[in-house]
This record gives sequence, C-alpha cells and structure tokens, in this order.
Amino acid sequence: MSKDFLVFDHVTKRFGALTAVDNVSLTINKGEFFSLLGPSGCGKTTLLRMLGGFERPDSGRIYLEGKDITDLPPNERRIHTVFQNYALFPTMTVWDNIAFSLKLAKKPKAEIEEAVDGILEMIQLSDQAWKYPSQLSGGQKQRVAIARALVDRPQVLLLDEPLAALDLKLRQHMLIELDAIHDQVGITFLYVTHDQGEAMSLSDRIAVVNKGKIEQLDGPAKIYEAPATRFVASFIGDTNFFEGEISSIDGDYCLIDVDGFPQIKAFNDKNLAVGQRVSLSVRPEKIRVTLNPPLPEKGASINVFPSKVKDIVYQGVYTKYWATSSNILISALKPHSRFLLDQETITWNDEVFVWWHPDDGYMVEAK
Amino acid sequence: MKENPLRSKRAEAAVTLPSFVWLALFFAVPAFIVLAFTFHGHTANGGVGEWSLSTWRELVDPDYPAIVWNTLRISFEVTLWCIILALPCAYAIARMNKRWRAIVAGSIMLPFWTSFVVRVFAWKTMLHPDGWLQTCYFSWLKVSDWLFDWLPGFMQRFLVWAGFASNAPLDAASSTILDSEAAVVLVSVYSFLPFAIMPIYTAAEKFDFSLLEAARDLGAKGFYAFRKIFVPGIRQGIVSAVLMVFIPAIGSYVIPQMLGGTNCVLIGNKIFMRAMQNRNIPHASALATLMAVSVLVPLGMAMYWKKRQNARTSRRLERETARMIVGRGGEA
Ligand SMILES: Nc1ncnc2c1ncn2[C@@H]1O[C@H](COP(=O)(O)OP(=O)(O)OP(=O)(O)O)[C@@H](O)[C@H]1O
Ligand SMILES: [Mg+2]
Repeated sequence: MSKDFLVFDHVTKRFGALTAVDNVSLTINKGEFFSLLGPSGCGKTTLLRMLGGFERPDSGRIYLEGKDITDLPPNERRIHTVFQNYALFPTMTVWDNIAFSLKLAKKPKAEIEEAVDGILEMIQLSDQAWKYPSQLSGGQKQRVAIARALVDRPQVLLLDEPLAALDLKLRQHMLIELDAIHDQVGITFLYVTHDQGEAMSLSDRIAVVNKGKIEQLDGPAKIYEAPATRFVASFIGDTNFFEGEISSIDGDYCLIDVDGFPQIKAFNDKNLAVGQRVSLSVRPEKIRVTLNPPLPEKGASINVFPSKVKDIVYQGVYTKYWATSSNILISALKPHSRFLLDQETITWNDEVFVWWHPDDGYMVEAK
Repeated sequence: MKENPLRSKRAEAAVTLPSFVWLALFFAVPAFIVLAFTFHGHTANGGVGEWSLSTWRELVDPDYPAIVWNTLRISFEVTLWCIILALPCAYAIARMNKRWRAIVAGSIMLPFWTSFVVRVFAWKTMLHPDGWLQTCYFSWLKVSDWLFDWLPGFMQRFLVWAGFASNAPLDAASSTILDSEAAVVLVSVYSFLPFAIMPIYTAAEKFDFSLLEAARDLGAKGFYAFRKIFVPGIRQGIVSAVLMVFIPAIGSYVIPQMLGGTNCVLIGNKIFMRAMQNRNIPHASALATLMAVSVLVPLGMAMYWKKRQNARTSRRLERETARMIVGRGGEA
C-alpha cells in the first residue's frame, strides 16, 4: 500500500505561453517527507496548487491512494496546506483557527476540544490559545498554521516554503521541530523550498525542479554527491566545473583534456568513450589547498595543480579559498581543526598546491 | 530613536485642527441652533418666536409615531437590500484584474454625473402603470400574498402590525408601483447602492483572498468561506456602508416626495412641509431633533452593548488562558 500513494501522471500546466509544469510524472510514498527543490519560478508552487485543488492541470492526472483526484474541489480532498504567509484567520483566536477544520467536519465538541488542546500541547502554544494571530510572533504563527493543517489528520500535508519568512535562528529551530512533528504524526509531507539546506536536512527524497521539469529525484546524499545533470550540480551546493574532452581511458578512470588547463584524472562512472565532451564537477570541500605538494606516493594517482591564492574568506566553520591555476579560478574549502596551531598559514598571493582525488570529481553533461 | 510623544501629539493636533474647526463651525453649531429653535414658538411670518415649550407640546401629533416608525422601517429595508446586493458586487470587483476594476468601479459612479432629481424623475416614467416594472411588481405582490397565507397566524399579525405586510385583498387597480412604498424602497436602493458598494469594496480590496483558499483547503465550501471568513474580514467596510446608507435614507425626502405619493410620507417630507409650506421652523427643528434622537439612542445602546461584550470576551479569553496554563502545570 505504501507504493503509489500519491501519483502525478504526466501533468502539464500552462499559463498562456508559459509552461509552468511540464509533463511531470512523480510518485510519492506514504509517510514520506518529500521535497520539491528548485529556483524561483520553476513551478513548485504550481505543482502544489494542483495537488491542493486550486489549479487544474491542462493535461495529466493526479491520483491519491489510487483515486483520481484531479477534478475534486479543494474542500473534498483530505490534503491541507501550510501557506507561505500562514493565512491564519485574523478574526479568530488561535484555538478557533485550529478547530476550523474539525468544526467543519461537525465533530463532537468533546472530540474537538481534545484534539485542539492536544495539538496545542504538541506545538507548545497552550498558553497562547486565546490570542489572535496578530498578537503572535512569526515562529508562533508558523506553528499555529502547521497545527491547523494537521489537526484533522489529512492524508498529505503540503508546505509551501513555510520557513521563508523566519530569521536564521528560528528557521533552524523550526527545522528540528518540523522533523519531530513529521516523526510524531506519520503523515506524508510534501515540502516546497528553494533552500537546499532545508531540503537536505529534512527530506527522505528530493525532486530537483527546473523550468517545470524534474531534473533529478533521489535521496539528499545522492543528489549532492551524484548530481544527474549540470543544473543539479550547480544548484545544489557550490561546485567547480571543468569543461573538456575525454582523451584516454585507463580501467575505471579516464583523463580529461580541459580547455586551457592541464589534464585531469577522473572516475569514469558514466562509461564515456574517448572523444566525448563532458563537464567535470568538483565540490570545493573535496579540494585541498596546501603550501607543500602532497606526499609523492599519493601524488602519483591524484590531481595536483600549482596555483596562486587570489582570495580568502574566513567563515568560522571553514575558510574559503579562491586560487587560480592556468587562468581558471578554483574554489576550495578548508575546515578548521587546531586552527590557531596550524603550522601553515596561507595568505594572499601565496604559491600553493591545489589537489583532489580522482574519485571526488563527478561528470555531468557538457555545457 | 524614540519619537517625542509630546511633539507627535502636537503635530497631530495641528493636522486635525482645520477639519475640527470646520466641523464645529458648520456641523456642531448648527445642530445646537436647531436644538435651540425647538424651545421657541414661531411667528406668523415664518420667523422664530419667543422662548417657549409650545413647539414640543404641538409635537404630540397622533400621525408622528407612525411616520417615524415607517421612516426607520423603510431605511432599514433599504439598508438591508443595499448590503445584500453590495457584498457580492464588492467581492466580484475586488477579484477582478486592475483594468476591469477601474472600469467597473467607474461605471458604478457613472450615475453621479447626472442630477439626482433627474434620475428620480426618470424612474417615474419607468414605474408607469403600463410599464413592465408594474407587471413585475404585481406578480411579486401575488407571490408574496401567496407566501403570506402560508405563515402562522401570529406571524401574519406581527408583520401587519409592524407594517411589513397588509391584510387588504389584492386589487390590480389600486396596486400600482408608482406612489407606493415599494417604489420608494426600489429607487432608494438604486440611489444608495454605490454608497454601500464603495466602502465594502475598499475593505474587500485590502482583504487577503488567500484566506479564502485556506478555508477551502481546510474543507469549507465556497459560500461558507465567504460567510465565515470574507464577511467578518471586511466587517469595518460593512459598518461604514450601513452608516452611509442608513443615515441618508432616514433624511431622504426627494424620493418619497416624487414616487411615494400619499402612501409613503416619511419624516423628511414632514420636515420639508413644516419648514417650507407651514413656515414653522421651530416645528421642523423639533421633528429633526426627534428623528436624530430616535436614531442616536439605539445606536448609543448598541455601542454600549458592544463595548460590554468586548470586555466580557477579553475577560473570558484571559480566564481560558489561565485555565490552560494551570492545566499544563498540573500535569507537569
Ligand atoms: N496564476 C498565474 N498566472 C500566470 N502565470 C503564473 C501564475 N501562477 C504562476 N505563474 C507563473 O508560472 C511560473 C511558475 O510559478 P510558481 O509559482 O509555480 O513558481 P515557484 O517555483 O513556486 O517559485 P517561487 O520559489 O518564487 O515561489 C512562474 O513563471 C510564474 O510567473
Ligand atoms: Mg512558490
């Protein structure tokens, strides 16, 4: 039963000439924390609104537990939304906001009271129950919006950038709470965000969306470490791209002729043939920057390039370096341990060595 | 960087002073003059006479209570119809895109480019006994007569007593819409509707329509969301609309004069008659005062009641909060 819980079947939505959602097929499992991640305007909200019943697809169907819900009005779907601006009813108290769906369902009074008091307990807002939304802080409003959408146990909870309006500290706090709430209620969460950090830390699976299409659907680690496309590699995290052509193959590894750069050795996991053009993506945290070259026995099999430091940004957790080698700017991250005791202090314009293991490069399609 | 409260107070006073002076000079002072006139007699040549209570004594005319009641009742009916019609209109306009909004809002104001008297006069033609509105009116009378017969006896008696219905048998010759109360209500609704739409529309424009989506999302049907979320959300606009319609409706005299005939004489007509025909300014002033009092007293009572209720609600909320905190403390 957990298979094929929520299915988008070749769904397309156009606004005039613009195709906001382009032939999307997607299956979400029951109880899953699923994220839609993509840049602004890529069609995330539109996908969510079709699921909520606020937009009708131009073609394609949507199924929930095997039932076609494409044409059902919003009030006949057991799918609730946490809106980005919360959309709490300003004329009702927190308690009445949360009780709204239960009262609509004509539940007995005692049951309503028990459910509302219970969920208020869960979001730790029992003492705010009789306030009006305008008297709450941003984080409190957020929690009320979540409680209101969860209280009658919907089949799916949709969250449209629920944390976008909160400050960093609160956002991190709410992330943990959201995760706890998901574990507690066991309802399927469909989470929309353009913040990869949020998506990464919460999701079981992530769909990366670009221009109305799904570029990759995978677990967070797979999406980060093995991006399916150039777009995914550049959208998720920072990366260095090297454009080139495969010049020779040696077992699992290959050599890439990079335009205006020395050859780079890389793991040929896509089984590309000699002569094919590729982009090699290397994450900054995989690249080491040192004053001395790596030990020779290692040096034989890894990529080492002498470079010159152009810029250094100290960021607390790590330091970020930009170094040029053959006129290509490479960014690298160096985490700190025993920072003040580190024997090497690299400064601007130092001659350094930039190096990484061939396994740490990942090939995506050429530009 | 705190603002100096004294300075902002002074600035506020400076800004409000002109309108305050204006209102005092041309509104409050005349109102008191009108009140003062009621304690004077009148002279034969239309002037204001000696200080006396004779005017108030003359006011115990057996016709007046009925006229005051009819005025209030008709104003109430007009206000009710205006609000019922204005709510969906304002909702629809607020949901239109910018261009259509401007066009429709403009067309609502369009009638104001013609003289009010001319427009009311035009209705006289439309309401002619040979016209189609007469036909509609008579069918409506027949339907409501039929519905009336279905009501239980005590309700029939109440409606007749309050003036909302009549016991007389239906007769085509005497049931003309022209010179009837129905004409007055119809044309008053027509004239005052823009004054109801505009404040409601202004409130609706600021209304966050995503709240309706949220209500639908949580399981509400469209009309339920309209009633429970939209209407309370624009309450302020509805209150202004009620005031904008009810107050002029009470003072209205052109419409009953031209379309109400002898069947629908309202307090405005009486005041006009006393002031212009009988040249008895103190008597007209007394009628105006009477009308103002009969509106202000219930209004004041309603405001007092509302205030008490608000205080009671906030006390209840405090109690509930205390209850929940204690409840949690008990478990811990
Ligand atoms: N009602 C509409 N009418 C016309 N165009 C629309 C409508 N709704 C969305 N669009 C367009 O469809 C595209 C996708 O919009 P959508 O709101 O789904 O983006 P999004 O991924 O949610 O972006 P964001 O992260 O900024 O919220 C955008 O280009 C937007 O301009
Ligand atoms: Mg969006």
